[in-house]
Amino acid sequence: MAALILAHHQTSPAERLKDAAAVAFIALLLGIPMIGLLTVDQGGALRIATRWPALFAFVAACFVGRLVLRYALDQWRARQLARDQADTPAKEVSLATNPLLNWIGWVALGVSVALPIVFAENRYVVDTATTVLIYVMLGWGLNVVVGLAGLLDLGYVAFYAVGAYTYGLLSTQFGWGFWSALPVAGAITASFGVLLGWPTLRLRGDYLAIVTLGFGEIIRIILVNWTELSGGPNGIASIPRPSFFGLPFKPPGDDPTFASFFGLEYATHQRIVFLYYLILVLALLTNLFVSRMRRLPIGRAWEAMREDEIACKAMGINARNVKLSAFAIGAMLGGFAGVFFAARQGFISPESFTFSESAIILAIVVLGGMGSQLGVVLASLVLVLLPELGRDFAEYRMLLFGAAMILIMIWKPGGILSHREPTLRYFANGGRR
Amino acid sequence: MTAPAPLLSVEHLTMRFGGLLAIDDLSLDVAARKITGVIGPNGAGKTTFFNCLTGFYKPTIGSVRLNHPQRGVLRLEALASHQVARSAQVVRTFQNIRLFPQMTVLENLIVAQHNALQHASRFSLAGLLGLPAYRRAEAAAMAKAVGWLERLKLIEKADTPAGALPYGMQRRIEIARALCVDPLLLCLDEPAAGLNPRESAELNELLKHLSRDEGIAILLIEHDMSVVMNVSDHLCVLNYGRKIAEGTPAQIQKDPNVIKAYLGEEDADEMRADELRADEAIDQEAVR
Ligand SMILES: Nc1ncnc2c1ncn2[C@@H]1O[C@H](COP(=O)(O)OP(=O)(O)OP(=O)(O)O)[C@@H](O)[C@H]1O
Ligand SMILES: [Mg+2]
Repeated sequence: MAALILAHHQTSPAERLKDAAAVAFIALLLGIPMIGLLTVDQGGALRIATRWPALFAFVAACFVGRLVLRYALDQWRARQLARDQADTPAKEVSLATNPLLNWIGWVALGVSVALPIVFAENRYVVDTATTVLIYVMLGWGLNVVVGLAGLLDLGYVAFYAVGAYTYGLLSTQFGWGFWSALPVAGAITASFGVLLGWPTLRLRGDYLAIVTLGFGEIIRIILVNWTELSGGPNGIASIPRPSFFGLPFKPPGDDPTFASFFGLEYATHQRIVFLYYLILVLALLTNLFVSRMRRLPIGRAWEAMREDEIACKAMGINARNVKLSAFAIGAMLGGFAGVFFAARQGFISPESFTFSESAIILAIVVLGGMGSQLGVVLASLVLVLLPELGRDFAEYRMLLFGAAMILIMIWKPGGILSHREPTLRYFANGGRR
Repeated sequence: MTAPAPLLSVEHLTMRFGGLLAIDDLSLDVAARKITGVIGPNGAGKTTFFNCLTGFYKPTIGSVRLNHPQRGVLRLEALASHQVARSAQVVRTFQNIRLFPQMTVLENLIVAQHNALQHASRFSLAGLLGLPAYRRAEAAAMAKAVGWLERLKLIEKADTPAGALPYGMQRRIEIARALCVDPLLLCLDEPAAGLNPRESAELNELLKHLSRDEGIAILLIEHDMSVVMNVSDHLCVLNYGRKIAEGTPAQIQKDPNVIKAYLGEEDADEMRADELRADEAIDQEAVR
């Protein structure tokens, strides 16, 4: 985690040392429960064993890694600065497009495409990666509302739930397939976004957060109590899995299946891998869509609304429409993720859509750096993998969460990646137009 | 010679906050293509007047009529703030600068052209597909923004976040951004506040240029007399929400009511006494 965090300004050796020490300290704090302490089962009783050497190695690795990373970054930046100054003296360095971030993005994409091939036999890894991608997608969706439009939404899970239940009901009651239900669920959740956004138009900040939190709970409570529609606390079971262009993932039978069509041996991991690639494609489409929207007038208006609503009105921008569009688009993306979730699990119940889910998604957006697409990926990795790694400490999960949040807020108040890329430029990169 | 119909006519405008009369029965005409100054001591109700014009406050009583050359007479007091800017093309700046600080200067100016661009993007569909009509609209918006940035000497900072720039520059950016909305009437709330003498001299030139060459009417709230007396064609003085004087800068400078409002009752008397004494001295000198 530490190795992925980037600094933004030139530093002196002393500063670098201090910075690396801070990282090592965080590594130590996080490492004590995760690496240093280990519960062992001894004759029926749980005992705690210590692994100080491993912890020490971890801390040292973080320290050295950070030092090297910082040094490399500084060298690289200094060279870039020199190049920029040779070109255009007036150019602001802080805004230079960051090729390193681009590069990390491409590497992340490469890794995520290759992952199921490398770990073909390891169902756990592919499953966990699928979970990470669901959160990435949710994070990108919520990023529209919170990161771009600046509307603090604590009830985002409501849209995730609406998407999941829409698919659950359409498929089990009316026999709809995944692909036909997807756009319908998107439209329905978008309408829910408008419906829930409407009463909050005049609210801001804390008030907005509390009302959206309430809406999230209302949706969940309706799902629990409206048994005829939602199955109540029992939820909806045996939701059909998505098929590969009409070819189901089933043991060979009368109809052609994925395995029989491609002449493969049937295996469950084919479905797991297919689901993984499906969410990967959905997430990438989401990313493409959101980054394209950000560069359109509506996206700029979202950001302007976050910066100053009154100034927006003075420029003739209809604040109501801009906010509602952010709610609708954010909700729609959450709904898509919900559809995928229902299709993957095959079973949904209100328990999957509690407030803590909203909190995790919000944490991903805030920790990642509001508005930053790559930041969301990094934060999802951290927030999904941290509890996975610390499974033995399930009770401390939330504590760990809180600690990580507080530390990052102190250390990087803008989130892991607080860099904002302008949506358009006058001076082309590195030189004049 | 008959006077041309005013661009904006304010009639019996009154704004009450609880027991406080922030604007008291104000009537005022604003001529097209001219600079109209609004001055008055702190708390006189100048900013409140702007808020009533631009839809941020609903006046308690009174009407504000705009003679729009294409759209006919518009009642501004009935419009929402974004409609005032969009349909009536009355655009304002703020006393405490309100930019989009994290967005670049260029982005600030593009956001100001939101309505035209959003229309061209057809609910973002044409924009998402990158259709030529949208691309043309975006290029035109860019050209307009760049034009104003060049004229206001801001072009070097086009790609810098607006919030990172010095105060004087931010004032200019706010004016440039308002100009991108294509105003018929530009309402500037203390644009010279915090500017150094060189910058406020430049502001004078800019305002004159905008009204004369671009045909933009300007309503100008300003405490800096070197600006307001120099550029205004017409002046209106407010005190405790009332209009106490109106006329050309030369007339206003001599108006006893204005002197009284600015210097206070006793100071004004003292000044008159000083003048008398000076006159006497001159007389005596003449006798000698
Ligand atoms: N929203 C409001 N609610 C209550 N009172 C207000 C409100 N807005 C303004 N006022 C009051 O109205 C009066 C006029 O304020 P205004 O801001 O218009 O003065 P101003 O002439 O712009 O002064 P300055 O030169 O200091 O900017 C003040 O007494 C102020 O306190
Ligand atoms: Mg004021």
